[in-house]
Amino acid sequence: MEYIIIVISAVFVNNILLSQFLGVCPFLGVSNKVSTAAGMSGAVVFVIALATLTTYILQYYVLVPLGIEFMQTVAFILVIAALVQMVEIILKKISPSLYQALGIFLPLITTNCAVLGLAILVVSKEFSFGGAPHMLNMVESVVYATSSAVGFGVAMILFAGIREQQELSNVPKAFQGTPIALITAGILALSFMGFAGLV
Amino acid sequence: MKFISCVPKFKQIKRTAMSKLSLLTSGIIKNNPTFVLVLGMCPTLATTTSATNGFGMGVATLFVLTMSNIVISLVATQVPDKVRIPVYIVVIAAFVTILQLLMQAFTPGLYATLGIFIPLIVVNCIVLGRAEAYASKNNVTDSAMDGIGSGIGFTLSLTVIGLVREILGSASIFGIKFMDSDGILAFVLAPGAFIVLGYLMVLFNKLKSKIS
Repeated sequence: MEYIIIVISAVFVNNILLSQFLGVCPFLGVSNKVSTAAGMSGAVVFVIALATLTTYILQYYVLVPLGIEFMQTVAFILVIAALVQMVEIILKKISPSLYQALGIFLPLITTNCAVLGLAILVVSKEFSFGGAPHMLNMVESVVYATSSAVGFGVAMILFAGIREQQELSNVPKAFQGTPIALITAGILALSFMGFAGLV
Repeated sequence: MKFISCVPKFKQIKRTAMSKLSLLTSGIIKNNPTFVLVLGMCPTLATTTSATNGFGMGVATLFVLTMSNIVISLVATQVPDKVRIPVYIVVIAAFVTILQLLMQAFTPGLYATLGIFIPLIVVNCIVLGRAEAYASKNNVTDSAMDGIGSGIGFTLSLTVIGLVREILGSASIFGIKFMDSDGILAFVLAPGAFIVLGYLMVLFNKLKSKIS
């Protein structure tokens, strides 16, 4: 039951893009086409699940026992950068078709703040999913991070669909490009606010 | 390591022989990180719930930007080309850690409000972008000036966005109430961030086309 609440809360109620503002750069950058947005989302889900697991282990089995939690930022970003590179190399070797689909997005992901953001969030914040506030354990962390990434995908694909339609309409010159995209995202965020109180 | 999408944007910018002063001002209007280059959107949207918060986030980024620009311009010639991006990231992450410790000690309130967006300065495109496109090719003073200029541009944009959202959303300016009202809550929440930034960008585009 608790896991269902975690998933719904992460995908809809506290959508990582539209209510927590993590990963806005790719949200605005690669959302022109639904197919590109879906590819990016797939890569993000994959990397976030792996990165959160790795950094969780790093935090509780290396940094905390050694008493160097202040090295968190440096350690996490290096591990994530190395991980993304590794995923890219492995994917190229074992599954060329998956690499074809996700490959070009992988280098962009290191600087996607959703990855580092979620990695830091799950080890530093107390969450309460229906019960008392507590630090997440390993399974909860990975479930929370992965469903947040799915939420990223949901928002991203919805937004790309809207933008594909928008291409056809006549937008005033000063609004063209990023401004109209931001205002559209604002309206999308407004509709996601309707999920508040669901969990 | 091929890394980021934000670097090429800077490479297109023509580097003319600029005086020290124009190095500073270019980051404020011509290459404004928020309104022109559209970089660092996450902190821009998330931390501008009030003018004070926006200003605090801007100054924090300014610190990291200037310090990392200085150090990177000093070490750039020594670093092999292939590992330069990881080296830059370590330098930036080190300054972010210093900033985290300083803020925890001196401004704990602001540190708690900005929360996760302080460590996330590491992945802010503006910082790595300036390091790659400017600091790695220029001398220390110019790089420092460039960092301060972009930092001021970022701080100004964040303060303006924060000010607008605060006026509309909580009817106050820098925390001082000017009206006996609660304001429109949506402007403090997530949708307001997108909409205010969108309209400010329209205004910026309009003003820029009027001037030129």
